Amino acid sequence: MSPSPRQEGPDRLYVITSGRSGGVDDTLDAVTLIVAESEPAPGMQSEHAHILRLCTSPLAVVEIAAHLGLPLTVVRILLTDLIDTGRVTARHPTPAPSPAHPLTSPDVLEKVLVALHDL
Amino acid sequence: MHSTTSEPALADGTLDVPDTPLPAGAAQALKLAVVGGFGVGKTTMVRSVSEIRPLTTEETMTSAGASVDDLHGVEAKGTTTVAFDFGRITMDATSVLYLFGAPGQQRFWFLWDRLFSGALGAVVLVDTRRLEDCFYAIDRLEAQGTPFVVAHNDFGEADHPLEDVRAALDLDPAVPLLRCDARDRDSAKRVLIALVEHVRTLVKEGRR
Repeated sequence: MSPSPRQEGPDRLYVITSGRSGGVDDTLDAVTLIVAESEPAPGMQSEHAHILRLCTSPLAVVEIAAHLGLPLTVVRILLTDLIDTGRVTARHPTPAPSPAHPLTSPDVLEKVLVALHDL
Repeated sequence: MHSTTSEPALADGTLDVPDTPLPAGAAQALKLAVVGGFGVGKTTMVRSVSEIRPLTTEETMTSAGASVDDLHGVEAKGTTTVAFDFGRITMDATSVLYLFGAPGQQRFWFLWDRLFSGALGAVVLVDTRRLEDCFYAIDRLEAQGTPFVVAHNDFGEADHPLEDVRAALDLDPAVPLLRCDARDRDSAKRVLIALVEHVRTLVKEGRR
Protein backbone atom coordinates (compact mmCIF):
# COMPACT_ATOMS: atom_id res chain seq x y z
CA MET A 1 0.00 0.00 0.00
CA SER A 2 1.09 3.59 -0.26
CA PRO A 3 3.87 4.70 2.05
CA SER A 4 3.18 6.82 5.07
CA PRO A 5 3.04 10.54 4.23
CA ARG A 6 6.24 11.18 6.15
CA GLN A 7 7.80 7.77 5.75
CA GLU A 8 7.35 7.17 9.47
CA GLY A 9 9.08 4.25 10.99
CA PRO A 10 7.26 2.53 13.78
CA ASP A 11 9.90 3.76 16.23
CA ARG A 12 8.84 7.37 16.10
CA LEU A 13 5.19 6.45 16.47
CA TYR A 14 6.13 4.32 19.47
CA VAL A 15 7.89 7.29 21.08
CA ILE A 16 5.03 9.69 20.38
CA THR A 17 2.57 7.42 22.16
CA SER A 18 5.04 6.49 24.93
CA GLY A 19 4.69 2.91 23.79
CA ARG A 20 0.99 2.68 24.45
CA SER A 21 -1.45 0.94 22.23
CA GLY A 22 -4.50 0.57 24.45
CA GLY A 23 -6.71 2.64 26.72
CA VAL A 24 -8.02 4.58 23.78
CA ASP A 25 -11.38 6.28 23.87
CA ASP A 26 -13.33 4.04 21.47
CA THR A 27 -16.04 6.64 21.06
CA LEU A 28 -13.64 8.86 19.10
CA ASP A 29 -15.16 8.70 15.66
CA ALA A 30 -13.24 9.98 12.66
CA VAL A 31 -15.55 13.00 12.61
CA THR A 32 -15.83 13.63 16.34
CA LEU A 33 -15.12 17.35 16.70
CA ILE A 34 -12.37 18.30 19.11
CA VAL A 35 -12.16 21.70 20.84
CA ALA A 36 -9.21 22.95 22.90
CA GLU A 37 -10.06 24.00 26.44
CA SER A 38 -6.63 25.34 27.33
CA GLU A 39 -3.47 26.85 25.91
CA PRO A 40 -0.42 24.72 25.26
CA ALA A 41 1.68 24.58 28.44
CA PRO A 42 5.49 24.78 28.61
CA GLY A 43 7.11 21.40 28.49
CA MET A 44 4.09 19.76 26.92
CA GLN A 45 4.74 17.07 24.31
CA SER A 46 4.92 18.88 20.99
CA GLU A 47 2.14 16.80 19.40
CA HIS A 48 -0.18 17.63 22.29
CA ALA A 49 0.67 21.33 21.98
CA HIS A 50 0.08 21.21 18.25
CA ILE A 51 -3.35 19.64 18.74
CA LEU A 52 -4.31 22.39 21.20
CA ARG A 53 -3.34 25.05 18.68
CA LEU A 54 -5.16 23.30 15.85
CA CYS A 55 -8.32 23.03 17.91
CA THR A 56 -8.86 26.64 18.95
CA SER A 57 -11.80 26.19 16.55
CA PRO A 58 -13.55 22.81 16.45
CA LEU A 59 -11.79 20.29 14.24
CA ALA A 60 -12.59 16.67 13.36
CA VAL A 61 -10.28 13.89 14.52
CA VAL A 62 -9.51 13.02 10.92
CA GLU A 63 -8.46 16.59 10.13
CA ILE A 64 -6.18 16.68 13.16
CA ALA A 65 -4.53 13.49 11.91
CA ALA A 66 -3.98 14.99 8.48
CA HIS A 67 -2.50 18.20 9.85
CA LEU A 68 -0.19 16.32 12.22
CA GLY A 69 0.82 13.88 9.49
CA LEU A 70 0.13 10.97 11.84
CA PRO A 71 -2.08 7.90 11.43
CA LEU A 72 -5.54 8.09 12.97
CA THR A 73 -4.61 5.28 15.32
CA VAL A 74 -1.87 7.37 16.89
CA VAL A 75 -3.96 10.53 17.00
CA ARG A 76 -6.72 8.74 18.91
CA ILE A 77 -4.18 7.89 21.60
CA LEU A 78 -2.89 11.47 21.79
CA LEU A 79 -6.44 12.81 21.97
CA THR A 80 -7.36 10.38 24.73
CA ASP A 81 -4.51 11.89 26.81
CA LEU A 82 -5.86 15.39 26.27
CA ILE A 83 -9.46 14.41 26.98
CA ASP A 84 -8.45 12.60 30.16
CA THR A 85 -6.67 15.71 31.43
CA GLY A 86 -9.48 18.04 30.41
CA ARG A 87 -7.40 19.98 27.91
CA VAL A 88 -9.78 19.27 25.06
CA THR A 89 -13.42 18.32 24.84
CA ALA A 90 -14.99 16.04 22.25
CA ARG A 91 -18.27 16.77 20.49
CA HIS A 92 -19.46 13.38 19.35
CA PRO A 93 -21.79 12.88 16.41
CA THR A 94 -25.25 12.30 17.87
CA PRO A 95 -26.45 9.64 18.01
CA ALA A 96 -23.19 7.75 18.05
CA PRO A 97 -22.70 6.43 14.53
CA SER A 98 -23.23 2.78 13.93
CA PRO A 99 -24.34 0.83 10.90
CA ALA A 100 -27.56 0.02 12.72
CA HIS A 101 -28.41 3.62 13.56
CA PRO A 102 -27.24 5.96 10.85
CA LEU A 103 -28.01 9.62 11.02
CA THR A 104 -31.02 9.59 8.80
CA SER A 105 -33.59 11.74 10.52
CA PRO A 106 -35.62 13.65 7.92
CA ASP A 107 -34.61 16.96 9.53
CA VAL A 108 -30.93 16.16 9.13
CA LEU A 109 -31.42 15.09 5.51
CA GLU A 110 -33.29 18.30 4.68
CA LYS A 111 -30.47 20.31 6.20
CA VAL A 112 -27.89 18.46 4.12
CA LEU A 113 -29.92 18.97 0.95
CA VAL A 114 -30.24 22.69 1.58
CA ALA A 115 -26.51 22.95 2.17
CA LEU A 116 -25.70 21.04 -1.02
CA HIS A 117 -28.10 23.11 -3.12
CA ASP A 118 -26.46 26.25 -1.75
CA LEU A 119 -22.97 25.14 -2.74
CA MET B 1 -1.02 31.99 10.49
CA HIS B 2 0.87 31.22 13.64
CA SER B 3 4.31 32.52 14.42
CA THR B 4 6.83 29.83 13.85
CA THR B 5 9.40 31.06 16.37
CA SER B 6 7.99 29.51 19.51
CA GLU B 7 5.77 26.88 18.00
CA PRO B 8 6.75 23.27 18.05
CA ALA B 9 7.02 22.25 14.45
CA LEU B 10 6.41 18.99 12.68
CA ALA B 11 9.28 16.74 11.82
CA ASP B 12 9.76 18.42 8.47
CA GLY B 13 9.82 21.89 10.04
CA THR B 14 6.42 23.02 8.91
CA LEU B 15 3.46 23.93 11.03
CA ASP B 16 0.33 22.88 9.29
CA VAL B 17 -2.80 24.69 10.41
CA PRO B 18 -6.35 24.68 9.04
CA ASP B 19 -6.87 27.49 6.57
CA THR B 20 -10.65 27.45 6.90
CA PRO B 21 -11.75 27.08 10.51
CA LEU B 22 -15.14 25.62 11.38
CA PRO B 23 -17.69 27.81 13.19
CA ALA B 24 -17.11 27.91 16.95
CA GLY B 25 -20.50 26.30 17.50
CA ALA B 26 -19.88 23.34 15.19
CA ALA B 27 -21.11 20.32 17.11
CA GLN B 28 -22.52 17.87 14.61
CA ALA B 29 -20.45 16.21 11.91
CA LEU B 30 -21.88 13.97 9.20
CA LYS B 31 -20.15 11.66 6.76
CA LEU B 32 -20.56 10.78 3.13
CA ALA B 33 -18.23 8.39 1.34
CA VAL B 34 -17.03 8.29 -2.24
CA VAL B 35 -15.73 4.85 -3.10
CA GLY B 36 -14.25 3.41 -6.25
CA GLY B 37 -11.14 2.00 -7.87
CA PHE B 38 -7.83 3.75 -8.31
CA GLY B 39 -7.83 6.72 -10.65
CA VAL B 40 -11.60 6.82 -11.04
CA GLY B 41 -11.81 10.38 -9.72
CA LYS B 42 -12.69 10.07 -6.02
CA THR B 43 -10.35 12.80 -4.86
CA THR B 44 -11.32 14.92 -7.83
CA MET B 45 -14.95 14.72 -6.82
CA VAL B 46 -14.14 15.57 -3.21
CA ARG B 47 -12.03 18.52 -4.36
CA SER B 48 -14.82 19.80 -6.60
CA VAL B 49 -17.17 20.39 -3.68
CA SER B 50 -14.91 20.73 -0.64
CA GLU B 51 -14.30 24.08 1.03
CA ILE B 52 -10.78 22.95 1.96
CA ARG B 53 -8.17 21.43 -0.27
CA PRO B 54 -8.52 17.67 0.15
CA LEU B 55 -6.42 16.32 3.00
CA THR B 56 -4.88 12.89 3.27
CA THR B 57 -4.42 10.70 6.28
CA GLU B 58 -4.21 7.02 6.95
CA GLU B 59 -5.65 4.23 9.03
CA THR B 60 -3.85 1.07 10.00
CA MET B 61 -4.93 -2.36 11.03
CA THR B 62 -3.30 -5.70 11.60
CA SER B 63 -3.96 -8.64 9.37
CA ALA B 64 -5.37 -10.38 12.43
CA GLY B 65 -8.06 -7.76 12.44
CA ALA B 66 -8.56 -8.04 16.19
CA SER B 67 -8.37 -4.34 16.80
CA VAL B 68 -7.38 -1.49 14.53
CA ASP B 69 -6.40 0.44 17.65
CA ASP B 70 -3.66 -2.03 18.43
CA LEU B 71 -0.43 -0.16 17.85
CA HIS B 72 1.39 -3.45 17.82
CA GLY B 73 0.08 -3.52 14.31
CA VAL B 74 2.61 -0.86 13.45
CA GLU B 75 5.39 -3.33 14.05
CA ALA B 76 3.64 -6.50 13.05
CA LYS B 77 3.93 -8.26 9.76
CA GLY B 78 0.75 -8.12 7.81
CA THR B 79 -0.13 -4.60 8.83
CA THR B 80 -2.38 -2.90 6.36
CA THR B 81 -2.12 0.83 6.00
CA VAL B 82 -4.47 2.62 3.72
CA ALA B 83 -4.42 6.26 2.84
CA PHE B 84 -7.62 8.12 2.14
CA ASP B 85 -8.57 11.65 1.18
CA PHE B 86 -11.29 13.81 2.56
CA GLY B 87 -12.81 17.24 2.32
CA ARG B 88 -15.58 19.10 4.07
CA ILE B 89 -18.59 21.32 3.56
CA THR B 90 -19.76 23.55 6.40
CA MET B 91 -23.55 23.30 6.39
CA ASP B 92 -24.50 25.89 8.98
CA ALA B 93 -23.37 27.28 12.34
CA THR B 94 -23.56 23.88 14.01
CA SER B 95 -23.19 21.22 11.31
CA VAL B 96 -20.46 20.09 8.99
CA LEU B 97 -20.39 17.41 6.33
CA TYR B 98 -17.22 15.40 5.74
CA LEU B 99 -16.63 13.69 2.41
CA PHE B 100 -14.32 10.70 2.36
CA GLY B 101 -12.77 9.27 -0.75
CA ALA B 102 -11.52 5.74 -0.35
CA PRO B 103 -10.58 2.74 -2.46
CA GLY B 104 -13.44 0.31 -2.69
CA GLN B 105 -11.64 -2.95 -3.30
CA GLN B 106 -12.04 -5.75 -0.83
CA ARG B 107 -8.63 -5.44 0.76
CA PHE B 108 -9.35 -1.87 1.85
CA TRP B 109 -12.78 -2.45 3.15
CA PHE B 110 -11.87 -2.29 6.84
CA LEU B 111 -11.89 1.45 6.25
CA TRP B 112 -15.59 1.27 5.77
CA ASP B 113 -16.20 -0.54 9.03
CA ARG B 114 -13.97 1.74 11.01
CA LEU B 115 -14.12 5.14 9.41
CA PHE B 116 -17.41 5.28 7.63
CA SER B 117 -19.72 3.62 10.11
CA GLY B 118 -22.67 5.91 10.51
CA ALA B 119 -22.17 7.51 7.10
CA LEU B 120 -25.36 8.89 5.58
CA GLY B 121 -24.56 7.06 2.40
CA ALA B 122 -22.05 6.49 -0.34
CA VAL B 123 -21.32 7.41 -3.91
CA VAL B 124 -19.85 4.54 -5.92
CA LEU B 125 -17.80 6.12 -8.65
CA VAL B 126 -17.32 3.91 -11.69
CA ASP B 127 -15.12 3.96 -14.73
CA THR B 128 -16.42 1.83 -17.61
CA ARG B 129 -12.89 0.71 -18.44
CA ARG B 130 -12.62 -0.92 -15.00
CA LEU B 131 -16.12 -1.70 -13.87
CA GLU B 132 -14.91 -4.67 -11.87
CA ASP B 133 -13.20 -2.30 -9.42
CA CYS B 134 -16.56 -1.43 -7.93
CA PHE B 135 -18.21 -4.86 -7.81
CA TYR B 136 -17.09 -5.54 -4.28
CA ALA B 137 -18.12 -2.09 -3.05
CA ILE B 138 -21.62 -2.52 -4.42
CA ASP B 139 -21.96 -5.99 -2.90
CA ARG B 140 -20.77 -4.76 0.45
CA LEU B 141 -22.99 -1.68 0.52
CA GLU B 142 -26.01 -3.76 -0.42
CA ALA B 143 -25.18 -6.34 2.25
CA GLN B 144 -24.87 -3.80 5.02
CA GLY B 145 -27.82 -1.73 3.89
CA THR B 146 -25.90 1.48 3.37
CA PRO B 147 -27.73 3.71 0.89
CA PHE B 148 -25.73 4.46 -2.24
CA VAL B 149 -25.92 5.84 -5.73
CA VAL B 150 -23.67 4.93 -8.62
CA ALA B 151 -22.06 7.70 -10.61
CA HIS B 152 -20.37 7.04 -13.92
CA ASN B 153 -17.48 9.47 -14.15
CA ASP B 154 -17.17 9.97 -17.89
CA PHE B 155 -15.18 13.22 -17.81
CA GLY B 156 -17.79 14.86 -19.98
CA GLU B 157 -17.80 12.17 -22.64
CA ALA B 158 -20.97 10.13 -22.72
CA ASP B 159 -19.36 7.02 -24.14
CA HIS B 160 -21.68 4.32 -22.79
CA PRO B 161 -25.45 4.35 -22.42
CA LEU B 162 -26.33 4.28 -18.73
CA GLU B 163 -28.60 1.28 -19.31
CA ASP B 164 -25.55 -0.69 -20.44
CA VAL B 165 -23.68 0.31 -17.32
CA ARG B 166 -26.62 -0.68 -15.14
CA ALA B 167 -26.83 -4.05 -16.84
CA ALA B 168 -23.09 -4.65 -16.56
CA LEU B 169 -23.24 -3.88 -12.85
CA ASP B 170 -26.41 -5.93 -12.36
CA LEU B 171 -27.65 -2.97 -10.37
CA ASP B 172 -30.90 -2.98 -8.41
CA PRO B 173 -33.40 -0.84 -10.38
CA ALA B 174 -34.04 1.19 -7.22
CA VAL B 175 -30.43 2.35 -7.02
CA PRO B 176 -29.95 5.67 -8.81
CA LEU B 177 -27.36 5.64 -11.58
CA LEU B 178 -26.19 8.89 -13.07
CA ARG B 179 -23.51 10.31 -15.25
CA CYS B 180 -21.08 12.88 -13.90
CA ASP B 181 -17.92 14.78 -14.54
CA ALA B 182 -16.11 14.64 -11.21
CA ARG B 183 -14.04 17.69 -12.14
CA ASP B 184 -17.12 19.85 -12.40
CA ARG B 185 -18.48 21.34 -9.20
CA ASP B 186 -22.10 21.42 -10.33
CA SER B 187 -21.88 17.87 -11.63
CA ALA B 188 -20.32 16.58 -8.39
CA LYS B 189 -22.91 18.54 -6.44
CA ARG B 190 -25.72 16.89 -8.40
CA VAL B 191 -24.37 13.45 -7.53
CA LEU B 192 -24.32 14.26 -3.81
CA ILE B 193 -27.83 15.71 -4.00
CA ALA B 194 -29.01 12.56 -5.79
CA LEU B 195 -27.52 10.49 -2.98
CA VAL B 196 -29.16 12.44 -0.18
CA GLU B 197 -32.49 12.48 -2.03
CA HIS B 198 -32.20 8.72 -2.44
CA VAL B 199 -31.57 8.36 1.31
CA ARG B 200 -34.60 10.54 1.97
CA THR B 201 -36.75 8.36 -0.27
CA LEU B 202 -35.60 5.24 1.57
CA VAL B 203 -36.37 6.89 4.91
CA LYS B 204 -39.83 7.88 3.72
CA GLU B 205 -40.48 4.36 2.53
CA GLY B 206 -39.48 3.16 5.97
CA ARG B 207 -36.55 1.19 4.66
CA ARG B 208 -34.01 3.06 6.79
